[in-house]
Amino acid sequence: MTELTRLDAADIAAKIAAKEVSAVEVTQAHLDRIAAVDHAVHAFLHVDTERALAAAKAVDDNAAAGLPAASPLAGVPLALKDVLTMQGAPTTCGSKVLENWQPPYDATVTQRLQAAGVVILGKTNMDEFAMGSSTENSAFGPTRNPWDLDRIPGGSGGGSSAALAAFEAPLAIGTDTGGSIRQPGAVTGTVGVKPTYGTVSRFGLVAFSSSLDQAGPCARTVLDAALLHEVIAGHDPLDSTSIDAPVPPVVAAALEGANGDLKGVKVGVVTEFAGDGYEPGVAEAFTAAVDQLRALGAEIVEVSCPSFDLALPAYYLIAPSEASSNLARFDAMRYGLRVGDDATRSAEEVMSLTRAAGFGPEVKRRIILGTYALSAGYYDAYYGSAQKVRTLIMRDFDAAFASVDVLVSPTTPTTAFKIGERTADPMAMYRADLCTIPSNLAGNAALSVPCGLSDGLPVGLQIMSPALQDQRGYRVAAAYEVARNAAQGGPLINRVPELEVAH
Amino acid sequence: MPSISRDEVAHLARLARLAVTEAELDLFAGQLDQIVAAVAQVGQVADQDIPPTSHSVPLTNVFRADVVRPGLTQQQATAAAPAVEDGRFRVPRILGEEA
Repeated sequence: MTELTRLDAADIAAKIAAKEVSAVEVTQAHLDRIAAVDHAVHAFLHVDTERALAAAKAVDDNAAAGLPAASPLAGVPLALKDVLTMQGAPTTCGSKVLENWQPPYDATVTQRLQAAGVVILGKTNMDEFAMGSSTENSAFGPTRNPWDLDRIPGGSGGGSSAALAAFEAPLAIGTDTGGSIRQPGAVTGTVGVKPTYGTVSRFGLVAFSSSLDQAGPCARTVLDAALLHEVIAGHDPLDSTSIDAPVPPVVAAALEGANGDLKGVKVGVVTEFAGDGYEPGVAEAFTAAVDQLRALGAEIVEVSCPSFDLALPAYYLIAPSEASSNLARFDAMRYGLRVGDDATRSAEEVMSLTRAAGFGPEVKRRIILGTYALSAGYYDAYYGSAQKVRTLIMRDFDAAFASVDVLVSPTTPTTAFKIGERTADPMAMYRADLCTIPSNLAGNAALSVPCGLSDGLPVGLQIMSPALQDQRGYRVAAAYEVARNAAQGGPLINRVPELEVAH
Repeated sequence: MPSISRDEVAHLARLARLAVTEAELDLFAGQLDQIVAAVAQVGQVADQDIPPTSHSVPLTNVFRADVVRPGLTQQQATAAAPAVEDGRFRVPRILGEEA
């Protein structure tokens, strides 16, 4: 592995700007790394070699012509989750139903990345339609965690998190409906951010649960995540739920936080997210992180958010309900897979056969569950009650943020589990999202930053901020990151075992 | 708490246009029964007077400017279709044999 692939995005951008290295060299180094290790990790579903090199060359040509860089991340490579459309490459969402589908338009996130001179290396693996916590639900095989190849890299964005931890890319894009950016970040020792709902456009993000889906940045450092956040965020008229407000000053907050002073910051520890079901090593790492925040000057208080106990059940009604509606578009008529069209079967039969062949078990389970929750006679008891719980969760957040600046918890109750360990037990799989779901239901900002190891596997610290106050979490995370690195002998990610390199 | 039967799963799958195998029905019925039992906890708030939240961002009536902008061309729209005839989506018959 060359030194270039070990560098943070901010350092790569600085070296390119200073002409110490060309963007093409940087991109080639990452493509070489992908060729060397992705056979073992399987982070990518598609590597866009030629266009990545062309995009890098355009950045170099731009610099050679004396023009200013398109953004602070110009020339930096990135791995894009395969749920965001990008013309000229397949967008599969990890599903057979969209195998080889070429989208006729670019997602707004994709457009913003390209306009910023960010080099898109390819599309990353994911649980089918982002439903899962392990990337085992991909129709194209699981992604493996670079910390231990027998373990899951989290999900649904396990391809993006694994690409970062395997040094295949310094930046990635994920999407977070119930924790699909933060939980993969936690179990791979990387940084994952779910921005405030509505601040990153959903145009071109294939919908799973529209009131919850939010794209966000993934990186190996808090500052890199902030730099990427500012590239992708902002109002988009093509997404009618997009918030027309300035992007929170997350880069400035990350830089301020790196000074290591949290005096005057009030941090609330969510009391509901502890106890039974939390791995002892996770609880220890979390407690040590809270002590570290206190040492940095933050005031620590305990905060109870009683409705958070109902967040998981509410989520597993709301998300499948929205999914059952959203996934009705895969009807075998206009795009995607079609099965059984033998000139005798009706459209309805073809539709049923196609969906049976094209969707995997978890997607089918959730479509059936959502259909159930929305059906006459059950609607009030299930979907209606879940919407009430959503109100209670927002009230809990409002009450908490009236007295504290940010809330903290473990990102997920355990470290990376073994591949296959939870596939037969959906409820066990769902519990991986226990701590991340409240911020999806309430729409506020939340992130995960690495906070130590438990038995050699990474643990994540979740920091939750009020809606449109994303910068608060960045400031606290950056301060914590600097202190943790100093206390524990450098960035956690440097302790990833060396992967076997193919020749 | 209501549990979800195998027949009910079969009915829901039909409503959702999902052809499911007998083996899938066996598997899903057991799993969905467990999941439904767990999510039914939300019933605790069913009789409380709490306004429902469908969306965390209270936006209503978002309009765009009434300006014509290009959409997909016919060629682009049909490029990924499973079957195309004369520049149109070709679909299986919609009516049943008896119709």
